[in-house]
Amino acid sequence: MRFIKTLAVASVVTAWMAGSAAASTLDAVKEKGYVNAGVSGKVIGFSAPDAKGKWTGLDVDFGRAVAAAIFNDPEKARFTPVAFKEAFTALQSGEIDILTRNTTWTYQRDTKLGLEFVGVIFYDGQGFMVKKSLGVKSAKELNGASVCTQAGTTTELNVSDYFVSNKMTYKPVVYESADEASVIYDSGRCDVYTTDTSGLAARRSTLSNPKDHLILPEIISKEPLSPAVRQGDQQWSDIVRWVLFALINAEELGITSQNVDEMMKSTNPAIQRFLGVDANYGEYMGLTADWAYRIIKHVGNYGEIYERNVGPATALGLERGVNALWTKGGLMYAPPIR
Amino acid sequence: MSKKVAQSESKEPRPNLLNDPRVRGWLAQVLVLALLLGVAAYGLYNIAHNLNKAGITTGFSFLNQPSGFDISQTLIPYNSRNTYADAFLVGLLNTLLVSLLGIIFSTILGFFLGIIRLSPNWLISKMAEVYTEVIRNIPLLLQILFWYLAILAPLPGPRQAMHLGDTLFLCNRGLQIPKPLLESGFLATPLAFLAAIILSICLIEWSKRRLLRTGRHFPDYSVAAALLVGMPLAAMVLTGFPLHWERPVLSGFNFLGGITVLPELIALWLSLTLYSATFIGEYVRSGIMAVDKGQREAAYALGHRPWMTYRLIIIPQAMRVVTPPLISQYLTLVKNSSLAVVIGYPDLIHVFAGTALNQSGQAVEIISITMAVYLGISLAISLLMNWYNKKFALRGV
Repeated sequence: MRFIKTLAVASVVTAWMAGSAAASTLDAVKEKGYVNAGVSGKVIGFSAPDAKGKWTGLDVDFGRAVAAAIFNDPEKARFTPVAFKEAFTALQSGEIDILTRNTTWTYQRDTKLGLEFVGVIFYDGQGFMVKKSLGVKSAKELNGASVCTQAGTTTELNVSDYFVSNKMTYKPVVYESADEASVIYDSGRCDVYTTDTSGLAARRSTLSNPKDHLILPEIISKEPLSPAVRQGDQQWSDIVRWVLFALINAEELGITSQNVDEMMKSTNPAIQRFLGVDANYGEYMGLTADWAYRIIKHVGNYGEIYERNVGPATALGLERGVNALWTKGGLMYAPPIR
Repeated sequence: MSKKVAQSESKEPRPNLLNDPRVRGWLAQVLVLALLLGVAAYGLYNIAHNLNKAGITTGFSFLNQPSGFDISQTLIPYNSRNTYADAFLVGLLNTLLVSLLGIIFSTILGFFLGIIRLSPNWLISKMAEVYTEVIRNIPLLLQILFWYLAILAPLPGPRQAMHLGDTLFLCNRGLQIPKPLLESGFLATPLAFLAAIILSICLIEWSKRRLLRTGRHFPDYSVAAALLVGMPLAAMVLTGFPLHWERPVLSGFNFLGGITVLPELIALWLSLTLYSATFIGEYVRSGIMAVDKGQREAAYALGHRPWMTYRLIIIPQAMRVVTPPLISQYLTLVKNSSLAVVIGYPDLIHVFAGTALNQSGQAVEIISITMAVYLGISLAISLLMNWYNKKFALRGV
């Protein structure tokens, strides 16, 4: 509570003080020497500190990719855990430079809140998790259930839409943090826990008995998760957007962190352009010619990031599914770099 | 001579206005006020300008848009098709509900604590002392979490709910109580009750006057109590019990029918009550101790029993000392109710400054409204209690 007030006051004060300080974000980032990325901080596979205290996850790796493109050093990314409620305010007030916090790209957030979403990094959808002991096999059987969820999310709105459109009722139980919601769900206060399916998989691994819980087959919404930046700095949003596209393009071109140095000798013009061998595409964004090389060298391509953090070999165990490249039947498709 | 003096005085150059202390005082105040207003106006302009530049929509029109989210406890009909303004009202009523419950019960418990702490019985007074010292020295936030997570969350699920004769059920979904269903003709009962109240007031007033005039005692309180119970009951019987109780019934995941008292409400109400009561108890104790010993001795000498001594002599005088800190305690309680947010009780902060803020993105507007509302509630309580305080203070003098 006090925290929210402080933040609200801080945002008002920032809006007050910001005055004419409208220097470019890239210059500001270069000057302070690091990129400040707002992350959720607690979702395994997306952003969470590992046992040694090092940040890991898909969202975290994206922040490192942006740092690598600017500084040639992925460690020049700092991560600030922001609560969902404060995330947009933190970005608007300039506390963070990018928001990479498994945030759903929606119309209102894009047009009304002064945010700019750069592109989809993960195609997600909302699902339901229940205790196996309830004997529920489908979301259509959830009439009258108590549903735990997190305040201020698209999840909270989707679940309302879903129950209304299926002529069912439910009892909402809404908490400030996803942590609290899942702990309370575990205690039995709710029959159902709902969030994006990736989040359900991550949360299930932290419950007291993960095997007692079932993720229902229904996906009730589109949740395109996207990094976001402040509106009004075109150069900065271009950089962040093309870092994402570079990750996807690299996978399509077969460039990985392992073979990127050999690829420098490739005769394929698309690869040459991508790695900045014979052209300086980086300068259009205020970066160097080898911006994409740096990203892949330090962080890897999209496929590598996916497999490392959320893929089948990880605790989350998520198949590529719709997040596969368009050439492999998925939705991941990036405009060409040329 | 005198005329000459007057003339010479009027011919003297008038003192510079700036040297007049009164004018200078006014001028300084006007300047400071203008400066303050200027800074505030500049701040407001800058906020609007910067929000506009950042591409953030401003204004209060969002209040008329559908909210799209549901709320777990709604005292007025509400669903996700209602507007943000409705959601605001739901949150406000929930805040008022828990504040009112907290104020009523903490006052009762507090007076009880304060009085028994002064009891000559060692055990009773020690128990009150230990309770006070333990509860008021643990942060309220921890107490709320304790009641919620340690006491209410581990309760059995709805299918294994504890129950009292299949009417009351207690489980981790809350307390399920029967809901009164009113039928036509029920209106007679509350009307009878209202009539009984008016009648009782008149009766007590009359018996007081009679006591002063004739010295004869009339059992006014007993008769009034009989009226208050008897008249509504008679009305109920005469209209043929136009009231049914809807019992909660387990159906599927949850109980259907009846009223659900959310565990979040219970936890918040309990912790606010128990915590505030310790402070109120101390104020009451200090108030009682501030009453001169002679007052009590005089009352005993007149033959008053202890209870009557308290009611007629001690408490009225103690109230003059108790009321001012009591006001602050009520204000604190209302503001503390915003800790609801940690356990998901849908109060104004949780619903409006939480969910609605994030869904609409109107941070500045929503936080301003919320702050204004808390200010409004607090000022209203202050005014009411100050009026009460004044009434007592005058009477005491």
